[in-house]
Amino acid sequence: MAVRTIEEQNLVLNMGPQHPSTHGVLRLVLELDGETVVSCKPVIGYLHTGFEKMFEQKTYWQGVTYSDRMDYLAPLSNNLGYSLAVEKLLDVEIPPRATVGRVILAELTRIASHLVWLGTQAMDMGAMSVFLYCFRERERILDIFEMCSGQRMMCSYIRPGGLAYDLPHGFEEAVQAVLDIMPERIDEYEALLTKNGIWRDRTIGIGVLRLEDAIRLCVTGPNLRASGGSLDVRRDRPYCGYEEYDFDVIVGERGDIYERYLVRVREMRESVKIIQQALKRLPDGPYVTSDRKVAFPPRSELATSMEALIHHFKLATEGFRVPAGEVYSVIESPRGELGMYLVADGSSKAYRLHVRAPSFASLQALPVIAKGALVADLVAMIGSLDPVLGEVDR
Amino acid sequence: MGVAMPSDAQPHRKDGAPAILFSKLADWGRSQSLWPMTFGLACCAIEMMGTAASRYDVARFGAEVFRASPRQSDLMIVSGRVSQKMAPIVRHLYDQMPHPKWVIAMGDCASCGGMFNNYAILQGVDKVVPVDVYVPGCPPRPEALIDGIIKLQKRIAAEGSKEGEQ
Amino acid sequence: MTDQTAVAEQPSAPEKDPVLARVEERFGERLLEAQVTFDQPTFVVKREDLIALATFLRDDPELQFIRLSDICGIDYLNLGKTPRFGVIYHLHSFKLNRWARIRVQVDEDDAVVPTLTGEWPGANWFEREVYDLFGIEFNGHPDMTRILTPDEWEVHPLRKDFQPPKEPHEWSFNPEQWQKAVQRGS
Repeated sequence: MAVRTIEEQNLVLNMGPQHPSTHGVLRLVLELDGETVVSCKPVIGYLHTGFEKMFEQKTYWQGVTYSDRMDYLAPLSNNLGYSLAVEKLLDVEIPPRATVGRVILAELTRIASHLVWLGTQAMDMGAMSVFLYCFRERERILDIFEMCSGQRMMCSYIRPGGLAYDLPHGFEEAVQAVLDIMPERIDEYEALLTKNGIWRDRTIGIGVLRLEDAIRLCVTGPNLRASGGSLDVRRDRPYCGYEEYDFDVIVGERGDIYERYLVRVREMRESVKIIQQALKRLPDGPYVTSDRKVAFPPRSELATSMEALIHHFKLATEGFRVPAGEVYSVIESPRGELGMYLVADGSSKAYRLHVRAPSFASLQALPVIAKGALVADLVAMIGSLDPVLGEVDR
Repeated sequence: MGVAMPSDAQPHRKDGAPAILFSKLADWGRSQSLWPMTFGLACCAIEMMGTAASRYDVARFGAEVFRASPRQSDLMIVSGRVSQKMAPIVRHLYDQMPHPKWVIAMGDCASCGGMFNNYAILQGVDKVVPVDVYVPGCPPRPEALIDGIIKLQKRIAAEGSKEGEQ
Repeated sequence: MTDQTAVAEQPSAPEKDPVLARVEERFGERLLEAQVTFDQPTFVVKREDLIALATFLRDDPELQFIRLSDICGIDYLNLGKTPRFGVIYHLHSFKLNRWARIRVQVDEDDAVVPTLTGEWPGANWFEREVYDLFGIEFNGHPDMTRILTPDEWEVHPLRKDFQPPKEPHEWSFNPEQWQKAVQRGS
């Protein structure tokens, strides 16, 4: 009896854009040889919103609300990046209360973003309880954001000039309450995952991104740090007074999924440290710059001062003008180097605002780490790179 | 709470006792166990996840099981902005869902394009799929989404599922 | 009203910026412009010198701008600058802890720039985005296709003379047409 040979071909499989585990509308075109991924091509653009065009049509003040919605897991981080870029060209002095408040909010955003990352990464890999635990803490942080700005997520609270409103009464107590429970909650997540045999088997040695590859692929943030690249803009080019805070930059070396997990979990602990220090430093005082060409005058003055009325009118109708110039302003968002390249032309609208989204570059690493891996590990790899398609596609 | 019983019971059995039409019972059953599809697009998806998490817990209202496959779900919650590139896919997924099916447009972007009145965003997902409930907000609070789901539940229990209609 | 048109500058340091000095020493006349603003040196070169300058910045032992941060495009139409389009590259050096900017400008009818994907594979998607939004092509790019807007579009949205369509427009998704096309099997 002759044995028939089976002709083998690689299978092209489409994954997404609607998929429970692609962290958004990401489409992957996979070429599979059995269970092995021969090549993986991400197709993006399913969430392209034209943010950069919107920034050119809106005044700088209106642009803040657009910046929230790019990296929608860390809206205040985007606000901060945007505001810092505009303030560099405006050359205004930000009062210390606003600066320290920004640090507290930015680090709370980092914790909230890492909680969503951890919850979804664990849920994708089957650990459903971690998702519920992480969102439980995240709700506490969203309560603080709601207390400050009225909005749980898209706060638009950090604006060029300072903060949108003063930090509310009870802010410090609320933040302290979160800080008091956070370390033991992070211990809870670690108790469920860090020494868990299944978690370790599925993440150690999988999805390795070498340092040379990470640098050549323009990867930043926890992904780069887990591969051994020590780059943290908060330490290297500090903004908002980060040079005064004592925190460690967590750098790994193996570059696998487990390392990226450890880096992010430890970053949450460092963020708690930073917020604790910032709370001690939070001064009283104004929450927005006193430059009347940029920030609205207090309403009490409108009844008595003609100049205040004129400033208010100009700011409300036209918006403040930013002197011509260009700057590339960088902050460390939870995903990496968030760069805002702003070209101003002296008017009240940005001429060009390009957002360098960290996830855009990190996602380019996916084909590299997926090549030769098993298709069953793909979901864990996507999650570990922590892409947010809102900022990838802008 | 939130149990929408069929209220208008006209039919009666021969012995005079009120009878509930089976279809009404089926409608009530469908409304109380909507299976949403995991269709998160953008920021609203995170609030949808928050709604499914423990504080707001949409499972209380029957929508516990978020199915990944459109073939197994009957509710598509379009949560987020629909770009021009994504529009055919939204339609494709809607077509793949078996009848009866419903659509909730969650958020301003899904309802009307939201703050993005530009070249890239569809000005409302109702341009490609028929929408049953619009939930405004940017993003809507989890309570608002639950309110939208409850409204849909009441509507399904009262009006039926328009079997076979587009 | 104060004159707002001057480019904001740091107060000039007594000695020249070391990065500026080193690049000027090597490139001399080939540098069309070189200045430092906000501690970020900006170099403007012709596209023929782009790869030479980028690799010099990366490989020079004193500079070591080994990381490519960002590539973006810009349309100078409304500012009246020529050539019309610019491609802006941002490089980062761990050693110097600074970012540097390279700008290459091209005309509308000759909007081609050499690709950096040979030196930095991560430039791939950034250049595709510039092509998608501005229409500037990159010579030698392995996959010069659109990345953000739908593949069948032919417009470049971030150009200043881009006319946003009024709905309905020919390239907005139309469900009826799409379903007919699906039934036809196209």
